[in-house]
Amino acid sequence: MSPKTLYDKIWDAHVVHEAEDGTCLLYIDRHLVHEVTSPQAFEGLRMAGRGVRAPEKTIAVPDHNVPTTLDRAKGIENEESRIQVEALDRNAREFGLNYYPVSDVRQGIVHIIGPENGWTLPGMTIVCGDSHTATHGAFGALAHGIGTSEVEHVLATQTLIQKKSKNMKVEITGQLRPGVTAKDITLSVIGRTGTAGGTGYVIEYCGEAIRALSVEGRMTVCNMAIEGGARAGLIAPDEKTYAYLKGREHAPKGADWDKAMAWWATLFSDEDAHWDKVVTIAGEDIAPVVTWGTSPEDVLPITGTVPAPEDFTGGKVGAAKRSLDYMGLTPGQKLSDIEIDTVFIGSCTNGRIEDLRAAAEILKGKKIAVKRAMVVPGSGLVRKQAEEEGLAQIFQDAGFEWRLAGCSMCLAMNPDQLSPGERCAATSNRNFEGRQGRGGRTHLMSPAMAAAAAITGRLTDVRELTAGVDA
Amino acid sequence: MDKFTTLSGIAAPMPLVNIDTDMIIPKQFLKTIKREGLGVNLFDEMRYRDDGSEVPDFVLNQPAYRDAQILVAGDNFGCGSSREHAPWALLDFGIRCVISTSFADIFYNNCFKNGILPIVLPEADRDACMEDAERGANARIEVDLEAQQITLSDGRTIPFEVDPWRKHCLLNGLDDIGLTLEKASAIDAFESRAASDRPWV
Repeated sequence: MSPKTLYDKIWDAHVVHEAEDGTCLLYIDRHLVHEVTSPQAFEGLRMAGRGVRAPEKTIAVPDHNVPTTLDRAKGIENEESRIQVEALDRNAREFGLNYYPVSDVRQGIVHIIGPENGWTLPGMTIVCGDSHTATHGAFGALAHGIGTSEVEHVLATQTLIQKKSKNMKVEITGQLRPGVTAKDITLSVIGRTGTAGGTGYVIEYCGEAIRALSVEGRMTVCNMAIEGGARAGLIAPDEKTYAYLKGREHAPKGADWDKAMAWWATLFSDEDAHWDKVVTIAGEDIAPVVTWGTSPEDVLPITGTVPAPEDFTGGKVGAAKRSLDYMGLTPGQKLSDIEIDTVFIGSCTNGRIEDLRAAAEILKGKKIAVKRAMVVPGSGLVRKQAEEEGLAQIFQDAGFEWRLAGCSMCLAMNPDQLSPGERCAATSNRNFEGRQGRGGRTHLMSPAMAAAAAITGRLTDVRELTAGVDA
Repeated sequence: MDKFTTLSGIAAPMPLVNIDTDMIIPKQFLKTIKREGLGVNLFDEMRYRDDGSEVPDFVLNQPAYRDAQILVAGDNFGCGSSREHAPWALLDFGIRCVISTSFADIFYNNCFKNGILPIVLPEADRDACMEDAERGANARIEVDLEAQQITLSDGRTIPFEVDPWRKHCLLNGLDDIGLTLEKASAIDAFESRAASDRPWV
């Protein structure tokens, strides 16, 4: 048998039908559904008189539109948002889906609650009408975003028409230096390869520095595979993965667990597997980074300075000029001199318990020096755990707002938005123009870096605050 | 889905690289539960001022491009989110074809599901289309999907590649779901095999 990559193995295990031209019908093990990209799909089903083929494999949760303020039980003020969440509620109940309504403590961002409740397992195919579905790749699952037409296709058939992507290996060797996190890895990879560097590929992240990451950190890395243009990001499962999954509500139990483990143990890329593209970065070369522009590829170490348009070539010259204008930055300005108005900690990239611990560690006993700062836990369960661990108190003592779970200011579909010109240190995934609110200026970074910025009121090298402290 | 066979129309130039889905259709318009009506908000934040008036310089606000049916764009068009609202907005405006050197994966897929043809060209060919587009109403570009060929206003032709299956679906306006349901027995067989091989799924 010819050697295979992890992607090859998962793909081969899910092919229902292959046409002569290589177009495949791929079986989907888990379909995650949220309120924004699904209403037209359910409507399409109704119009065609079709049902949901596998409601037991379909998980629905409202996350993008939900308010995160403590009074959200009183309902959603914005009429359109309310209608969208109500539509999901109706669809989930009518079609008998696994459903986590706003009132359920397990409600949260779809990519956080999937793993948290054991829906996400190694070797699965997982799709969702959301580009950050790549997050689930951290478990060695083939997971990617789809459009609404494909959501309807999966609802009706539990399959997806796909052509196979190419294989790309991103290896992070060695060890990370103190203050450097999973977020710095994933941003640095995009900074190196560009936002189109992964187009046409599925990325497998590997190497000593990836192995050393927690499962939470691996989710952060895979989450942003899409920002690098890749269809999906993958990390082979290992003991950490199994330890994370064991005992979770929908993870297999008893004999099923043993049988699953036997298969999961085969889920790795064979030594001689073929890679269409390989990128290798030394873990030691990665610094704490921030973005300066309006594309996730606009990444620099915090010790750097704002670049000039002339530093680039081709179409990027004009794009950089536009970015600097939008961001209100001057070439040559030190990144650590950029003053911040707002700090947002949360999102499917960095809204897990480990992220909150990292931020709280920096904030302990300190006060914020920004106009506003908020923590939006990724799920009700993350929120509960953070309260039990005393993290919520640290955030509140520092001056952070302690919110309920949702996507919140990552994409600002709910009331959590930036005003024009407002500058935000964010742990989310996109710094596009207007992403966090019209005219809002976003700098992406790790939770520890966002916490550091909250304390000093400017972009800050977290290592300055932890000097002399063991990382 | 409407068929796509040939198209002859005005092309609008958008040379910016990395035009993302938030630019194409900002999130405040994702709250709809319909597919139609998004054209008026296409490129909303670039197209309108805060008071709702048009930004005169924006390409689709210029008289020559108000009826554009083709977009010629910078590299990596459609990057960002999976929102199918992006192709819905393009379609609702009247854009049936986008030409670039590269597209983000999910956006590219979404186009084909909505009767929009995304064409990937080498840089020099894309630039030739861009030059034509910059001539406004003085240059009509023709796109022939069957022949996989673009004809510029001076008669010059540019060939393009497209996946045969997607071409077939676009030419005939086929509904994917109906076609897949014809393979229901293969799906049944897969499910019963998987139920014994991977019972935990």
